[in-house]
Amino acid sequence: MSEIVQPSPIAVPLGAVRPLLLNWRRHVPLLLVAPLLIYMLVLYALPVLAMLLRSLNDPNWTLSHYAALFEDVVFAKTFWITFNTSITVTLGCLILGYPVALGLVRAKTMAPLILVIILLPFWTSVLVRSYAWMVLLGRHGLVNEGLIALGMIDRPIRILNTTLATQIAMIHILLPYMILPIANALRQIDPSLIRAASGLGATPFMTFRQVILPLSMSGVAAGTLLTFVLALGFYITPAMVGGPRDITLSMLIAQQVDQLNWAYAATLSAVLLATALAILAAARHLPGVGNAFKTSMR
Amino acid sequence: MILTRLLPASVVGLILFFLAFPIVVVAIVSFSEATYLTFPPPAFGLRWYKAYFSSEDWLKPTWVSLWVAAAVVVLATFLGTLAALGVSRLSRPMRILATGLILSPLIVPGIVVAIGIYYAYSRYGLVGTPIAMVLAHTCLAVPFVVTSVTASLAGLDPRLEQASLSLGATPGATFWQVTLPLIRPGVLVGALFAFITSFDELIVALFISGTGAVTLPRRMWDDLRFQIDPTIAAVSTLTIVLTAVLMGCAHFLRKRNQA
Amino acid sequence: MGEAGMNGAGRGASVTLADLVKRYDRVNAVDGVSLDIRSGEFLTLLGPSGSGKTSTLMMIAGFETPTSGDIAIDGKSVVAMPPYRRNIGMVFQNYALFPHLTVEENIGFPLKQRGIPKAERAKLVAEALDLVHLPGYGARYPRQLSGGQQQRVAVARAVVFKPRLLLMDEPLGALDKQLRENLQLEMRRLHADLGITFIYVTHDQEEALTMSDRIAVMNDGKVAQVGSPEDLYDRPTDRFVAGFIGESNFLPAIVRGMEDDIVIAECDGAIIRAMCPSRPASGDKVTLTTRPERLRFADSAWSATTPQNRLSVTVTEAVFAGERCRYMLQAGDGTSMVLKEPSSAAIRRRAIGERAEISWSVADTILV
Repeated sequence: MSEIVQPSPIAVPLGAVRPLLLNWRRHVPLLLVAPLLIYMLVLYALPVLAMLLRSLNDPNWTLSHYAALFEDVVFAKTFWITFNTSITVTLGCLILGYPVALGLVRAKTMAPLILVIILLPFWTSVLVRSYAWMVLLGRHGLVNEGLIALGMIDRPIRILNTTLATQIAMIHILLPYMILPIANALRQIDPSLIRAASGLGATPFMTFRQVILPLSMSGVAAGTLLTFVLALGFYITPAMVGGPRDITLSMLIAQQVDQLNWAYAATLSAVLLATALAILAAARHLPGVGNAFKTSMR
Repeated sequence: MILTRLLPASVVGLILFFLAFPIVVVAIVSFSEATYLTFPPPAFGLRWYKAYFSSEDWLKPTWVSLWVAAAVVVLATFLGTLAALGVSRLSRPMRILATGLILSPLIVPGIVVAIGIYYAYSRYGLVGTPIAMVLAHTCLAVPFVVTSVTASLAGLDPRLEQASLSLGATPGATFWQVTLPLIRPGVLVGALFAFITSFDELIVALFISGTGAVTLPRRMWDDLRFQIDPTIAAVSTLTIVLTAVLMGCAHFLRKRNQA
Repeated sequence: MGEAGMNGAGRGASVTLADLVKRYDRVNAVDGVSLDIRSGEFLTLLGPSGSGKTSTLMMIAGFETPTSGDIAIDGKSVVAMPPYRRNIGMVFQNYALFPHLTVEENIGFPLKQRGIPKAERAKLVAEALDLVHLPGYGARYPRQLSGGQQQRVAVARAVVFKPRLLLMDEPLGALDKQLRENLQLEMRRLHADLGITFIYVTHDQEEALTMSDRIAVMNDGKVAQVGSPEDLYDRPTDRFVAGFIGESNFLPAIVRGMEDDIVIAECDGAIIRAMCPSRPASGDKVTLTTRPERLRFADSAWSATTPQNRLSVTVTEAVFAGERCRYMLQAGDGTSMVLKEPSSAAIRRRAIGERAEISWSVADTILV
């Protein structure tokens, strides 16, 4: 503000105070944000960075922890399981989520009810939802009892503590993250486009294939990305309902911390974090992805 | 009408059933009279609710969770609202940096946050204290406050603040009499999200709640390792109801804000 | 309407803008505006969007800081003063009524800021509501009012604390034509009643002509011309003003000589006389302007008898528009012109392609 000239002969002395006042005002936004930034740096960002640093400086500066991962069979297997599970779960969510998103957008009187059914599990804690699947899939759970009653099996089969159980529970938990971005994209399609397509002689299938599906791809991309990145970091659900061999990266990290093996835990954390960030960065310019986190909130 | 032919309502219905059913089952099981987990329950009663409300082992973690969540609401709402007010007026590079940091807990895998916090907090003897839980949960809750308040600020006509200034209200008076009342629904929604985030949080709690600050999710987790008795179903049902009520409030506030 | 007081002494404030500049990203939105606004005057800043009129108003209100130059109210510089100390009433484009406050609380808001006790406040609010013809509406919320009612509440709120200067930023822009015309009259009445200075921003030239004591036409961040509505309409000093306010014909011409204040110019082989305050040299290429409704067909009954300019033209288009006929004409050198003739069943309509002679008064011809 120093470039302001005050040529007026009638300027009052107030002008003298002005640069200071304005400078103070200009920094107000930063002063408002600063408490939170400092808080999060000290209590969250620096702790995480300090922990991650253990992968590089334990016992002294070295890349050997990362190099070791290449020959680490346990890591390779865990990484594969984590990736594999995430892909399966994401595909499952996509297949189940798209029809629900369409149904939600098309529904009129039923829409609020459908929304509640989608959001109620969404707001329920992961722990409670995982517990629900323990109840359903256990030896004396509803699924086993039902299958026996139908005569399909003679005695309870093992579903709980298998890879399948993990996948079912994770799809259940992540489904809303897929549905909401797709529904958002679908909602933005101008209904007159669909009328125009059928007016031009397109069959319902062609209308879907050539108008609705392409126009909803931004939502599909956002939902897929969000679901996949969240699935990569899953810990509680696989630990509760998964099989003994279904160790995810998150579980392996927790194990290593329990054994105070910080260097290894930090290295795995860095890999997990880098994978998630790399996927987000690669998809950053896809339309709709930027808003995915905001629209779905949790 | 085109789509009804392509997409039978029954398919959507089945998927919705898949979404809702597990939660309904938990609620039904919680009213079971059986001593073990079975479905459908042989008889209905409040046995497991009584067990919950008469057990100090359950009530103490409940109080810890409620107190921690309440403190998180105060801290996260205060810090988050302040930051939301400033963040849109920052210069572009500063804004990207600040929002990146503030929103990052939504993306960084929970286990990485949890062990990072555990790693640092344990050096300062914070592990096992409710304070540590509040400090850590606030970081996780703040993104919801900031996004919610930012959204209501974006819907605020800047001319209202200008009008207030032109009518003789100082910047302070303008904030209290104009800006704050108008963004209040956004602040309250953010506060509700903050409460639920803290109340339901488990991964960080697993590492830093120790023995001194066992929260309700932590207590449930410990219990599940040894048994699956229906008390947990009762606790779960109670938390579902609490969450649903709070989310209903949030929804109502948002609707009213738009009207 | 300036009789409320002589300079600086009346109920209205005088405002002086001295070489005001506002620069955004290397573009001067306001580029050296100097203007003396008299006490009690109704001055309109008129211009197309992007002309700098709103930026000028925002600097007077104190929401924008000038890059250079000075703003003085009653002779005192206010650039260093924050908006809440300037004591200026302002009516915003969309009214900016506080949605969480009732009409009463909205109008009482500036009084509350000034620490006026509740009882006194209620009295002043009631008076303000009477002034804008909305008694009994105090308990309603803004969203329960129509657009026109909201506009009146915004005015009441802006004048209730008796400011000596009222700024208005396109306050009628969102209303339909009928309501806008009613409120224009009401604004004039209000201005006469209050006797304070009004600075009014609009892009609507008709609105500016109807309401203002004086109009400052702005273009590209500069004041193109300041004057009374009659001045601007009858004697535009520049081509932009002539084109922006009302409709104008522009005739290219070459100066042949001067007679007192009248320039003699040659246009399409004909000699045209025009009013001209400056003294162009013989042989200069100039532009003359005339208003379409002041042109007449030389052989028609409407044709007057005062000193005339005459020109031969061909009719290229004829449109009947109820109260008048509108003709597009072409002169021999290709210049197109518009002529508006009051319609009458007694007058013969011209056909397309018809050759005609048009005439108009020297006083209605201006060199710009």
